[in-house]
This record gives sequence, C-alpha cells and structure tokens, in this order.
Amino acid sequence: MNIPKNLLYTKDHEWARIEAKTAYVGITDYAQESLGDITFVELPKKDEILEQTKRCATVESVKAASEVYAPLSGRVLSVNAELAAHPELINQLPYEKGYFLSMEFSNDSEKANLMDAASYQRYVEGLSK
Amino acid sequence: MLKTPFYNIHLALGAKMAPFGGWLMPIQYQGILAEHAHTRQAVSVFDICHMGEFSLEADPALSGFDRVVTQNITSMPVGSCRYGFMLNEQAGILDDLVVYRINKNNWMLVVNAAATSGDYEHLKKNLSGKYHLQNISGKMGKLDVQGPQSLDVLKNIFGDGLAGLNYYRFSEFVFEKERCIISRTGYTGELGYEIYISNDYAIKLWELLLKDGRVKPAGLGCRDTLRLEMAYPLYGQDIDTDHTPLAAGLAKFADFSKIFIGKDALLKEQENGPREHLVCFQADSRRAPRHGFAIFDRDKRVGIVTSGSFSPSLCVGIGMGYVSGNYDIGTQLVVKDSGTEIPVRVVKKPFLNKTSI
Repeated sequence: MNIPKNLLYTKDHEWARIEAKTAYVGITDYAQESLGDITFVELPKKDEILEQTKRCATVESVKAASEVYAPLSGRVLSVNAELAAHPELINQLPYEKGYFLSMEFSNDSEKANLMDAASYQRYVEGLSK
Repeated sequence: MLKTPFYNIHLALGAKMAPFGGWLMPIQYQGILAEHAHTRQAVSVFDICHMGEFSLEADPALSGFDRVVTQNITSMPVGSCRYGFMLNEQAGILDDLVVYRINKNNWMLVVNAAATSGDYEHLKKNLSGKYHLQNISGKMGKLDVQGPQSLDVLKNIFGDGLAGLNYYRFSEFVFEKERCIISRTGYTGELGYEIYISNDYAIKLWELLLKDGRVKPAGLGCRDTLRLEMAYPLYGQDIDTDHTPLAAGLAKFADFSKIFIGKDALLKEQENGPREHLVCFQADSRRAPRHGFAIFDRDKRVGIVTSGSFSPSLCVGIGMGYVSGNYDIGTQLVVKDSGTEIPVRVVKKPFLNKTSI
C-alpha cells in the first residue's frame, strides 16, 4: 500500500497535497484498490465552492459508483481534464497523474481534521483487521 | 455461504471474493477490465462449479418432462443441447436452463445456482411415471474455457476431435482416464467451451490449463460484462417469475408447437401484447446505468434498469431494462437515479457484433 509521507488524508480515503494556499486532491491507493477498475469520473467545475466532508466528485468502477468528499473547503482552481478519457490513471497513478483537482483552500484550521501519513497508515491497517 | 472446490486456489491467486447465488465466488483476479479484454482477445478459464446440474432418465413424453421445459426436446439430436425455460402456469420464468441430450432418454439439465433446489422441486412435482431424477451438482465440477484461442488451447488436452464440435453440440471426452462432457457453449459471446467434470479432476484440469501461457483465470465480474455486451439475460436480474419469455424478448426459446406449462398464459399475452418489454440501451458517455435505476421517456417514468454496466469493449455505459410500451430502435430515453441522469438511446441486441463465437 503506497501512502506518501508528504500528504494529508481523510477517513474516506481522499488525499490533499498542500502547496502554500493551494491543495491538490485525489483518492488514495487504498481507495483505488478497493474500487477496482475506474471507468468514469465526474468532477466539479472550475470556481465551484467545495465544503470539507461534502461531495466533490463521483467515481464509477465497473461494479459501482462512489462519492468522493472534499478534504478541505475552498474554491476549485482547475480539474484534471485527462481523467475524462483516461479514468484508469486513477488506478495507475493515484497520487500523480490520477489527481482530481486543485483548489484554493479557505480555512487553514481545517487541516487539523486530516491525518498525516503515519496516522492514515494505522487507520487503514485497522480497517483490514 | 457455499464454496466451490476452487476456493483456496482463488485466494492463492489473489481473487476478490463476493457472494453470488448463495456461493462465495471470485469476482476478479487481475481486474475486471483486463480479464474482459483477455477473454475477448485470447482465452480465459472460469470456475463455474456453483451452477446446478441434474441428471434425468426419462421418456420425454411419458414422464411429462417435455411439458416442464419450453424448448423442443423431442427433436433434439443426441449430442446436442438447447436453451430454454421452466415456466409457472402464469408463464413467469422459474429458471432458464440448458438441456443436454446424452442419450435417447438420458438428459443433463444445467440450471442456475440460486434456482437449483426450486427447480428440483418443480421437476419432481411435474414428472410422473417412470423416471429417475438426480441432483448431481455436488460432485460435478464445471469449468468454462472461453475466448478466440479456446479451441487451440483445448485441442492440446482433448485432441483434434474437439474441432468438429459445432455450436450447441457436445461430446464425451477423456481427461486422465476421467470421462467428461464438453459442449461448445458459453456466456461470453466468444468461441468457447463448457467442461463438466468431477470436482477432483476439475482442479487438475484447471492447473493444467493455467500452465498454458495463453490462459488466464477470469472472475464473475467480467463474466457479467461479457454476457451483458451480448445482451444475454441473467436470471434473477433480467428474467424472473414476474416476467415472461415474451416480455423478455426470448419467446423464440419456447416451442409453441408443443404443450408446456405456461403456454396458455403466453398465448394470451401474445394476443394482448406484453405489458412490458425488455429493451437494450446505450449511453453516449462512459457513465453506467445500474440495476434499479429508473427509465424515463422525457418526464414520464416508463421502466426500470435490470442490468447495467460500463462496456469495456465499447467504452460507454450499456444496459437492459423493462419499459411499458413500445420503443423503436434509436429512441432517446433517460436513465435516472438520485442526482444522476444518463441520456441513452434504445439499441438493437447484441451490443457487440463482431466476436469469435
């Protein structure tokens, strides 16, 4: 299970990479593995306002559709347009070319609601027990 | 939850397991898309041991067997198999099944896992006189070998005689002194074979097959996408006791020249036209219709999706569902669930045309 050290994580298996006031957002290796082959993703629009823990995207695998929740509140700066034709990037490179969007996050204190890599690792290990 | 003799083999191969028809079955090994593509392009082996098999010794007319199933069994040559249904008096579908004619009065019936015990009771209730019915599901293993290279792979094991087997024909073959039945049938739309062999030998055969570099194991996940691309119905989903072969567009598998249970109801339905029709539809996007989604004609709810998925071959969402009224090929409909709206158009079945079958 790949859990990069420099990211923050949610209990719903989203990740956020913070660069100054910008957060890059995607789903974790654990999430893509559990979902199986991803065949479709619905992303928010540029400038859409996201709210922490609220739905920001939908991913569909062959078997089912699942909601993806915003790890932080803020405004969407851009979405990963490549996913429309190549949703398999989420399976292949969930932390890189398979990212969902970038956002300008509005509330620094919300970061406290997220887990660091070590906590997320423990959390995931607890789920498989 | 029941397990096939392959349970530990599936786990060792890293399969994701899930319940299906009362059995814990492998859904995928490498991934549904990869397994789907491999079946369409090369050859896959599926553990189908969960399906039910009955052996029946019976004169079709004297025992009443001919009345219980919709297919014309008396005209079947020995060594052939035929698809059809068992219906209730209202023509609701109790199960779909393939009947194998082993000998003049010797049959094998292949039925759905979840329907096995109900089918057995239904047969017992409706057969009479001299007959011998046996549920042989417990000792009978079943492997499906499917894909354009299936013949090449199986010829190495069973000999060139396999090449002479036509579609919906079967023959007896020998594997390591064990007799088995191989039919040229399947549920994928590709050239393929279904192998009926005792459980112990099924495992040996599986291991031998996987030694051939062309063969990969495939799970029920891609079996579902493969069959849906061909618009083959799945019992319990697309067909059930609430629907008749006429509504399902499968009336050609009922022989109206003979007497069978449910025939009167079917004839009556034919006269008035069925209240619902099973239609196939295709989305323009990758978004998948799902089982249970509502079907709308503009703002009017007209039906419900019975099967739906992303089609790995066509790279768009496809599905089937019952609609009230007649919808011509090309009609635009919308499939909806809370917050999801998928524009679709009615298409001809099957979704996929050029296969190796």
